[in-house]
Amino acid sequence: MSGLNTSSNNSTLVVAKTVKLFIGGEFPRTESGRSFPIFVHKTKKIYGHMCLASRKDVRNAVTAAQTAQPGWQSKSAYNRGQILYRMAEMMESKRAEFVEALTETTGLNAKAANKSVDDAVQSFVYYAGFSDKYQQVMGAVNPVSGPHHNFTMTEAVGVVGLLGAEKFDLANFTAQIAAIIVSGNSVVALMSQAGSALLAPLAETFATSDLSKGVVNILTGDLNELYSHFGTHMEIQSLSLQIKDAKKVAEIKAAGAMNMKRIVGTTSHYQSLEHLISFLEYKTVWHPIGH
Amino acid sequence: MQTQSSGKKNNETGEVKTLKADFDYAPSIEATDIVTIKPKNKLFIGGKFVDSTSPKYFDSVNPATGEALAQITEANAKDVDRAVAAARKAYTTVWSKTSGQERGRYLFRIARLIQERARELAVLETLDNGKPIRESRDIDIPLVAAHFFYYAGWADKLQYAVPGARTAPKPLGVVGQIIPWNFPLLMAAWKIAPALACGNTVVIKPAETTSLSILLLAEILQEAGLPNGVVNIVTGAGQTGAALVSHQDINKIAFTGSTDVGRLIAQSVAATDKKLTLELGGKSAHIIFEDAAIDQAVEGVVQGIYFNQGHVCCAGSRLLLEESIADMFVDKLKTRMQKLRVGNPLDKNTDIGAINSSTEHSKIKQLIQTGRDEGAEFYEPENILIPNKGYFHKPCFFNKVSSAFTLSRVEVFGPVLTISTFRTTQEAISKANDTQYGLAAGIWSEKGSKIHKTAGALKAGVIWANTYNRFDPTSPFGGFNESGYGREGGRHGLLPYMEF
Amino acid sequence: MRTITIQKDNGTPILISAVSIDEVGANERADFFTKRSVKKDSKLAALYLALSMCDLTTLEGSDTPGRVQQMCAKAKYPVPPDVIAPFLAKRNLPPIPSVAAVCVYPSMVPTAVAALKGTNIQIASVATAFPSGQAPLEIKIEDTRFAVEQGATEIDMVINRGAFLSGRYQDVFDEIVEIKRACGDAHLKVILETGELGSLDRVRLASDLAIEAGADFIKTSTGKVTPAATLPVTLVMLQAIADHHRRTGVKIGMKPAGGIRTSKQAIQYLCMVKETLGAEWLTPDMFRFGASALVNDLMKQIYKELTGRYYYDKAFAID
Repeated sequence: MSGLNTSSNNSTLVVAKTVKLFIGGEFPRTESGRSFPIFVHKTKKIYGHMCLASRKDVRNAVTAAQTAQPGWQSKSAYNRGQILYRMAEMMESKRAEFVEALTETTGLNAKAANKSVDDAVQSFVYYAGFSDKYQQVMGAVNPVSGPHHNFTMTEAVGVVGLLGAEKFDLANFTAQIAAIIVSGNSVVALMSQAGSALLAPLAETFATSDLSKGVVNILTGDLNELYSHFGTHMEIQSLSLQIKDAKKVAEIKAAGAMNMKRIVGTTSHYQSLEHLISFLEYKTVWHPIGH
Repeated sequence: MQTQSSGKKNNETGEVKTLKADFDYAPSIEATDIVTIKPKNKLFIGGKFVDSTSPKYFDSVNPATGEALAQITEANAKDVDRAVAAARKAYTTVWSKTSGQERGRYLFRIARLIQERARELAVLETLDNGKPIRESRDIDIPLVAAHFFYYAGWADKLQYAVPGARTAPKPLGVVGQIIPWNFPLLMAAWKIAPALACGNTVVIKPAETTSLSILLLAEILQEAGLPNGVVNIVTGAGQTGAALVSHQDINKIAFTGSTDVGRLIAQSVAATDKKLTLELGGKSAHIIFEDAAIDQAVEGVVQGIYFNQGHVCCAGSRLLLEESIADMFVDKLKTRMQKLRVGNPLDKNTDIGAINSSTEHSKIKQLIQTGRDEGAEFYEPENILIPNKGYFHKPCFFNKVSSAFTLSRVEVFGPVLTISTFRTTQEAISKANDTQYGLAAGIWSEKGSKIHKTAGALKAGVIWANTYNRFDPTSPFGGFNESGYGREGGRHGLLPYMEF
Repeated sequence: MRTITIQKDNGTPILISAVSIDEVGANERADFFTKRSVKKDSKLAALYLALSMCDLTTLEGSDTPGRVQQMCAKAKYPVPPDVIAPFLAKRNLPPIPSVAAVCVYPSMVPTAVAALKGTNIQIASVATAFPSGQAPLEIKIEDTRFAVEQGATEIDMVINRGAFLSGRYQDVFDEIVEIKRACGDAHLKVILETGELGSLDRVRLASDLAIEAGADFIKTSTGKVTPAATLPVTLVMLQAIADHHRRTGVKIGMKPAGGIRTSKQAIQYLCMVKETLGAEWLTPDMFRFGASALVNDLMKQIYKELTGRYYYDKAFAID
């Protein structure tokens, strides 16, 4: 992505790539037709225009996520792991784009930007490796009294909403998505405005990783305008709140009580089992042992 | 073949009492003299039975007679505050410094004392709750003891609860717990045992209609020498619960009860850091495939909905029958229902006891009226007679119920079943999942692969395949969606009570 | 679902679907009946009833006419009427009933007929090369005819387990049909020998097969094989009877045999019958205990109810 920067080639009139939303595996513009500018860090120079997603975009993304989720969950754990690993590969191959967007729009220096990409890639690798293991760690065969086989298995929660931290952190945001989807959940993520420019390489990473369409949906927009819709939407089963604003968090939690949303707060260990299991349900099955 | 009926032969004297060939079960009433009920009951705070700061009482009623058993203190906000303070003090000064091994020792002791006083607890539970003595004696109380035994052993092994966790698990602090009236003491055990094993202290509020058994448990805790303030009991109704939920010095709330109240609790702790687990309502589907072991399935359906008068959050209240067997199954179900014995809960032969309160009784009757108005086919066994005193209700069902009917969607929490049919596994699954709840489900089929396919596709936390309504301390229990979150029982039941 | 096709001797096919039984569920349900509390008058009624349902049996190589006569005496009067009369009078109770039947080898049938003359006690005989069933069909038929001619009113036959277990259901069926024909007016009890069947699924299938073939009663065991009658096996057989009744309106009788020694056990069976089939089956016409030792225990318990004392074995005749 190059926005309106002066290109290094001979022409001074570069073709600006419009950054759109990522919904259902497609790159639609916001239905509202609104946008907001992203500036080159600490300048007034416009880096690009981002879609200012609306409530309806949230709804469309939830619908896409809901449609995609059962199929994604039914894929084998091995297959999900392969796809997550593919994400690591695709992100690595787009490193230059990530670094460029990070340095231009978030003010990281090249070294820090590369470190951030390293961490993000690693989070895909980390969770790729967990795809067929957390079930063994968190599942159980329970020694009930009497002639019954009883086992507990893990299952995805469903559609998870993700509100990215106000202060954008690529690695953390990426790890969060990986932790959510590895177990078969789908996600509707709202990026912080500060990191909006990263939507393009990130979405392309997901779009080119053999991931089922709609498993990951990413929106850019105004948190103030959209957060409450994440709280109230009845088809969202769980929310991952990276945002720090206590007032908003309280409001979302209260709204989420309507459909008993599982609401998960921030974590300092974004590569961890503890984090992954926040997005799991446990299902316990009984069956008699007889003949 | 000729009949040889008793009493006829060799009977030359004429006038003798005849013994009916169809012997009926004479009343076999469990004696209640083992139980002493105090007329006025206090709160249990800081290891002692204490009066409220401004004593106010309400009656606990025996639902089988409608008569008051005892007066119970209604704890006010100040009392709750005292209880939380006692729990905090016990947490800071004693319990957080007590080793896992020691905590386990206390829990083992409690478990043993429960076993020793099992009969007393069972009788008291039946008197106060209305459940049949056979169930309190054979199910509730043994499970209570088993639950304490199970978690006792975890107390010094918590580092193994989450394999490879990056930090040693830590307790949360003071836990506020609110429990329902359907399994009063069992729910207390489900709440208290894991909380204590993990090193938390507890303030617990029983349901207002069933406070007596947990107050007897308090005596057992004293006898076990449990340090003062580790468990505090505040009796009362909604206001007492609200005071507990909103108390600032509580680290976690664990609630079992209705989804409506659960929602209010979730809203009221939204602006706090309090952790929350909720075990709420259900409208669980019970699927019978045509290849099921039919007679056992009929029994499973009866156990599923009529156990404990249907006052069971995971009751199999929506029966889904494969169309090819539906008529036959319903016929068999009717025959079986006619044999259910409804009546005095203290009678050892009673299968269905008393509805817990007049409130619940009216609610059930009202919902049945709704069902009739919506046009489902109603059935209740005519041969069953119910006592004219107390709150009793016949087992019943509605046949040919549409998914859109009120009774298909609303939790009745009583002995009321709905029946509808399906034609394919896929249809069974989608009908079963057509609910905002997700607590439990039942599947009956003799085909293993179908069971696994269906179990995998059902959105419910507990799946009973070829059985129903079984409970075990080692088995995690809890729901999906609006049936709440968190698990109770098993290793998973520890997770909500610790930081790791 | 597995279906078995049998041909009647007129060539009409009968389809029998193999009904699945969940063993754990059946065991649990059976165990439920051990929790019923039968006390006071109900208990006394149950004890009388159980006594009236007993088939007193002697099936030993060492059987002699003397032994059979002795048993018949006991069948008529489980205790000497004069001895117990004062106790009964005090409670205004009817006399102690005689048992339902005696069960003997064919050669002993005439002895039993003579001994039981003038009573309603049935004379059952185990024809059909009891207990192994290992004889040609012609011999079994002859055995049956002989017993009936001698005066047996009930025939207890045992199914051909070898044929059943190897899936030759038609052979099992045909044999029952033939024996039934040889029975004439005598009632046929078909013994499944459930202890050799290996699963409740097979108990159910054997029950259905026997009922379809014309059994008047189905019976668990010969008494020569362990395990003999159990509550779960009996439950499954009762359910087969219930299903047959539901389909056809025809009532088949049930006889658990072997292993029922105590009154407590007997009452559990009665509770099971009452709650599975209903009161219509609580008569000696429809339900029997193949249990000789049970008679004395029933008497002991009746004495206990009458006198408040726990009685000793010495009070009753051994056989």
